[in-house]
Amino acid sequence: MAREPVLTFTDRGIHCPAGDFYIDPWRPVDRAIVTHAHSDHARSGMGHYLATPRSLAAMRHRLGPITAQALEFGVPLRIGGATVSLHPAGHVPGSAQVRVEVAGEVWVVSGDYKIAPDGLSEPFEPVRCDAFISECTFGLPVFRWRPEAEIRAEVNRWWAGNAADGRASVLGAYSLGKAQRLLAGLDPGIGPILTHGAVEEMTAILRLQGLMLPETIRVVPGVDAKSHPGALVLAPPAALGTPWARRFGPASEGFASGWMRLRGIRRRRSVDRGFVISDHADWDGLNTAIRETGASRVFVTHGYTTVFRRWLADQGYDAGIVATDWQGDEAEAAAEVTE
Amino acid sequence: MKRFAALFAALDTTTRTSEKTAALAAYFREAPDQDRLWTIALLSGRRPKRAVNATRLAEWAAEVAGLPGWLFEESYAVTGDLAETIALILPPPALPEAATLTDWITRIRGLAALPEPERREAVLEAWTALEGTERFLFNKLITGGFRMGVAQGLMTRALAQATGIAEPDIALRLMGDWTPDTTTFAALVLTNDPGANLARPYPFCLAHALEQEPEALGPPEDWAADWKWDGIRGQAVLRGGRFTLWSRGEELVTDRFPELTELADRLPNGTVIDGEILAFSAEGDGAPLPFAALQKRIGRKTVSKKLLADTPVILMAYDLLEDEGRDIRAEPLAARQAALRRLAKNVPASAPFRLSPPLPFANWPALAALRADAAAAGAEGVMIKRLASPYHVGRKRGDWWKWKLDPMTFDAVMVYAQAGHGRRANLYTDFTFALWQGEELVPVTKAYSGLTDAEFGEITAWVRKNTLERFGPVRRVTPALVFEIAFEGIQESPRHKSGIALRFPRMLRWRRDKPAAEADTLETARDLLNARR
Ligand SMILES: [Zn+2]
Ligand SMILES: [Zn+2]
Repeated sequence: MAREPVLTFTDRGIHCPAGDFYIDPWRPVDRAIVTHAHSDHARSGMGHYLATPRSLAAMRHRLGPITAQALEFGVPLRIGGATVSLHPAGHVPGSAQVRVEVAGEVWVVSGDYKIAPDGLSEPFEPVRCDAFISECTFGLPVFRWRPEAEIRAEVNRWWAGNAADGRASVLGAYSLGKAQRLLAGLDPGIGPILTHGAVEEMTAILRLQGLMLPETIRVVPGVDAKSHPGALVLAPPAALGTPWARRFGPASEGFASGWMRLRGIRRRRSVDRGFVISDHADWDGLNTAIRETGASRVFVTHGYTTVFRRWLADQGYDAGIVATDWQGDEAEAAAEVTE
Repeated sequence: MKRFAALFAALDTTTRTSEKTAALAAYFREAPDQDRLWTIALLSGRRPKRAVNATRLAEWAAEVAGLPGWLFEESYAVTGDLAETIALILPPPALPEAATLTDWITRIRGLAALPEPERREAVLEAWTALEGTERFLFNKLITGGFRMGVAQGLMTRALAQATGIAEPDIALRLMGDWTPDTTTFAALVLTNDPGANLARPYPFCLAHALEQEPEALGPPEDWAADWKWDGIRGQAVLRGGRFTLWSRGEELVTDRFPELTELADRLPNGTVIDGEILAFSAEGDGAPLPFAALQKRIGRKTVSKKLLADTPVILMAYDLLEDEGRDIRAEPLAARQAALRRLAKNVPASAPFRLSPPLPFANWPALAALRADAAAAGAEGVMIKRLASPYHVGRKRGDWWKWKLDPMTFDAVMVYAQAGHGRRANLYTDFTFALWQGEELVPVTKAYSGLTDAEFGEITAWVRKNTLERFGPVRRVTPALVFEIAFEGIQESPRHKSGIALRFPRMLRWRRDKPAAEADTLETARDLLNARR
């Protein structure tokens, strides 16, 4: 008798028949396990949520009151006929991969992930499995990131240069994850750090979760380039070029995204400075992560799926594509579809 | 090369003209003479010849990066740029080098003469010596595809700032058929020797599109009008017995239009004329041929007897810039045109030369009526020029206006979508549009420009959710979205199922108000075919 697969792909999301739960579903279900709090993965309307404590804190802020259970990394939990555990995905603070074991067979859903440590998120942990469901937002060999220390130095140099020229620096970054990662690398000796309300609120929540971050000042009426000369302003990408950003005068605008690796997209965003900083794995990262799972079956989703699947098949994997409704924070930011 | 790469990155990342100018001026103050000269050459389109075949280059890069050819091609399809793809997929440089731009260009120019295995070695060596932007620029230079988004006017201003020489003087000195091998930075930019280059054309005066009603221009008696011809803008230079013909892109095109050389015998030495190169039928009073005819002549370096006979060209003259060796650009248009008419009297009717006829008009509505007939005259619209205006350098607002015919339009349904590349790598931007024929939607045209990035973003999300079928990168979508398509011309085309082909199609706007059922029919489009011929 053919065994039922550990996970199946439905039009509501990834389903586990043995435990009757869904992972990052996009339509209302009774029981949802959520990899992280980005809006395309953590949606409203689920009967019950399971996620890491840090993810839950951010989800409560975004979704309002929810019925939820917190699960720490590495702690196994029995749900029906399945054993579930969460493992660091290194994407944003609290982000998890979901390991599901049924009758000795192990499947892992990566969620969004990156394997290079960013100095803030819990570092990615390779999890051995039989089947791996991997995102591949940047699944092309043109995408390759530089080490965190170099990125941090580059951002600080830009900021210091602007400050010396008497200009504010406005840096666009996703309010959950990217903003705090940048914040952690800023050198407060250069000048004051101001935050857009959306960034400030998420930062406050993560501080309560134990993250050590430099001091920030929320932008309210009266807080501008005059009151805080030489400031760096952290704001969601959608706030760049809006009346809100104009209070900082002729500022230099920067944008942090993996898409900034491509010249065409840098030019389209037409910001003064594009920083190649991503919370997703680059080409080498994807390949390393997949190799380290030891999985022979790989399903890809979210990104250059057709190309990446073919590449994996060429490498000898039993590779498939999973259609999901996860839009991707990076894709959204680059397409200028606002949150 | 580091300095040049930094300049390129600075110019590439800012959209502010003031910052671009400042970055260029700083470069022109600091860079070594030979690098400055090469930079001017590169920015004015004087590129070194292609040294390596693009296909070979792609193969070598994929090999070094350890990638299969198909994956290289997929990556290329996303960036839309070969040089960039190669720069991005290669591992970081193992042996960084600090040679100058001129050193690299010298090496690049030596490549073409090498046998292929050695050429390959030299290219691979360069890849391990150059990083990021430098590697990208090197690839652009060896494939002959170097282009930098810097307008000639901006470079002129930066050079003026760096040297303290007046802008118009710089602009004039940079014109002509010099190369970095025939001159030096000092001779080209710093010294003023008008005799040094007899072939030198003048910087072209460019018009702005008229966006408001012509009444806003003031009293009509201050203005002159003539047709806006649909040809190639050109300058005919006759000095010291030598005739040269320049296109607006500052390209020497004398050899492509050999019949115009006859003008050397018809006009006096020391003459420079601005006009339009037009394919022209000599039958009857003579009439311009459609642009498609001229297209057969463009891009051919050598011209066959048959082509010369089938598609003859003329110079349709409209301005005189140099008269008896004297630069008269500062004189008013009325005086320059009077001088041009005087010269034209001595040119026989058989010569490939016409004066662009003035279009007299008593008031603005009269000119509007003339413009409506432009298509019948074989023109795209009318030009309106201030009678008192000098011949400006470049695009100065206020004195020269082009007032084109409104484009033709229809409302069509989007049926296929394809992702863009380059600037729009992660958006669906290339669409196929269809018109109704009975119950069926017949594809009529593709279009990929005219919408804002925000609209493309919205459509991209829609395409993902409304895909019916995939064919490689192309998706067939639910026929639901309607767009107003504008185009400049329409022709019969037996090659297309619809039987028509459009010239310069683009999306004018997204008709969110219209359901697909209310889009136009193929018949409506065919009516346009008959209306404008
Ligand atoms: Zn995410
Ligand atoms: Zn995602």
